[in-house]
Amino acid sequence: MTAPDKILTTLANPPLQKAVYAATGRLMDHRRAVVNPEVLPDYQELRTAANAIKRHTLENLDYYLEQLEANVTRRGGKVIWCKDGAEVAGFLVRLAKEKNARLVVKSKSMTTEEIDLNEKLEQAGIETVETDLGEFIIQLLRQKPYHIVAPALHLTRYDVADVFTQRLGVERETVIEKQTMIARRVLREKFLAADIGVSGANFLVAGDGAVVLCTNEGNARLTTTAPRIHVAVAGIEKLVPRAADLAVFLKLLGRSATGQPLTVYTSFLSGPRREGEIDGPEEFYLVLLDKGRTQVLADREKRQSLFCIRCGSCLNHCPVYRKIGGHNYPWVYSGPLGAVISPLYQGMMHDSWLPFASSLCGACADVCPVKIELPKLLLEHREEIVRTKAAQGRGRLEKLGFRLWAWLMRHPKLYELAGTAGSVIASGDGGWMTRLPGLLNVGPGKAWTSQRDMPALAAQSFRQLWRERRSRS
Amino acid sequence: MSREIILERVRTALGRSAGQAPAAPPEARVRIPETGVEERIEQFRRALEALAGKFHVAASKQEARARAAGLLEGRAAVASNSPYLAECGITELEGVRSGFTREAELREACATAGAGITSADYGLADTGTLVMLSSAREARMISLLPPMHVALIPREIILTGLDELFTILPNPAELTSSMVLITGPSRTADIEQILVRGVHGPGEIHVIVV
Repeated sequence: MTAPDKILTTLANPPLQKAVYAATGRLMDHRRAVVNPEVLPDYQELRTAANAIKRHTLENLDYYLEQLEANVTRRGGKVIWCKDGAEVAGFLVRLAKEKNARLVVKSKSMTTEEIDLNEKLEQAGIETVETDLGEFIIQLLRQKPYHIVAPALHLTRYDVADVFTQRLGVERETVIEKQTMIARRVLREKFLAADIGVSGANFLVAGDGAVVLCTNEGNARLTTTAPRIHVAVAGIEKLVPRAADLAVFLKLLGRSATGQPLTVYTSFLSGPRREGEIDGPEEFYLVLLDKGRTQVLADREKRQSLFCIRCGSCLNHCPVYRKIGGHNYPWVYSGPLGAVISPLYQGMMHDSWLPFASSLCGACADVCPVKIELPKLLLEHREEIVRTKAAQGRGRLEKLGFRLWAWLMRHPKLYELAGTAGSVIASGDGGWMTRLPGLLNVGPGKAWTSQRDMPALAAQSFRQLWRERRSRS
Repeated sequence: MSREIILERVRTALGRSAGQAPAAPPEARVRIPETGVEERIEQFRRALEALAGKFHVAASKQEARARAAGLLEGRAAVASNSPYLAECGITELEGVRSGFTREAELREACATAGAGITSADYGLADTGTLVMLSSAREARMISLLPPMHVALIPREIILTGLDELFTILPNPAELTSSMVLITGPSRTADIEQILVRGVHGPGEIHVIVV
């Protein structure tokens, strides 16, 4: 499958290009300011530690999952194991029916985006309201998040004014502070009326049976405090062994995501309210989701993609994401992370163009707080895709091309001749070759050069220069 | 059952068997700087103010009470059942309601109050953070629903940072069902990355260090 044409629409939209470029640029600046060695001398040490903790946890995952379950249960919570999204929705719909619940409030969770939970609950007649401001806006627009951390990154205050007027029936308001207060008012009512609060989880602490949530707005606190029932939905990879490990991860997460030393609210929640407590949920459920994760776990190399803590830093630093934005990726995860994990969860050949849509510049790996080797994984995907295509008898032309190249390389005289011909053909325009000349600009050569500008070949080859130099001396 | 299927898949993926002990985990990484209490208070102030939180020092409990009264400016307020607030005389201030034991009443009061007053279990100097363990003494909503949060804390509870916190509390779940770290006022930047304070939680936070 080739890349979708709608990428061209994104590229041809200057305001959108500017919005994405500016927003990701700011996030990059914010991060840089708080990880530089003067303010955080042990940043690299923390990354190494985070990587080691995640590796260890995943290598012993069955043990930690059982430990987590035992501790959640001991504190009066219940663990629900789900193989896929349908099981999660099935559980929540049954729970809502049983508890006579009509309204669910949600705090931001990429895991529930993954399984289209909102749509499934709405289909069952349960009103489901996103409460993170960005998520609230895109839910009103019936869109998917544009960015893991900043879901409405592509929208302007005027877009927000439009959707608020249309969907909330309020006076048109374009001042961002006032728009925020409209959302606060609307959502406060929802919080206080909701029967069930659904959250995700940034971390699960096995030794405590705890769910850790990091937010800035306070919506996760309200989601897990106001309704009578709290349901946390988390992928099985979210575990860390001990609370003390959070000291490493919390220092990295906020800094990598938005340049904050800590997010405003970090909640460490274990089970329902206890004896004597005045507020907090009366019931607590932890939903553990597999949905392909165990399959990724089985691959020793690709396992590291499960280390991800969803900070979004690789998106901000990716030259491809910054041009094509978040809605041209095939799944809810975009950027380098999306390019690595979408093929793993949706099938390698499902969007086989995706691992190739990268310059392999390595910026993502440099900023990843848990040191996932994203470019290496993309290369492995490419290899697998090429092999699959070859096995299907596809990609013959490319193979022929490389054979020809290899043959040429073994014949120096012919190689030199080809080089001379090349320098005539590819003399370029103003030092750059933007397309193949004349009749040669056809077929795969045309397709390849249509997206790539290259410096024109020099008039004299290295061999010629070398010969001249030697004859001079 | 999905539980058994998932656990079996995990074990197969890892080549492990049921009940097998885990490898030794990497040693927890703990770095606690040697910092005196005055320096910790100063760090706390700087970090909190960088987030537009307001920092106050009171020489005595009486002064703290006067400070709090000045901040409230007659606003209706809800105070938690923390004994420390009673010691400071906060619960006797005019317009302050306290002693809630029933959720519906607490919720009603918090939803309409102009300020919530609490203490905290710890402070974290390097980030200007309040650490709050929920209990019968500290309900969750008081620091959450009103538009302003005022916290009174004794100076000696300010720790250096996260590493020290988790050294003192290696298993927070033993003590509470909810530990919340509060670092500055509620904020968002979801529309055009413009910073707005007070989205769902309090837009104003005051910490009075006694």
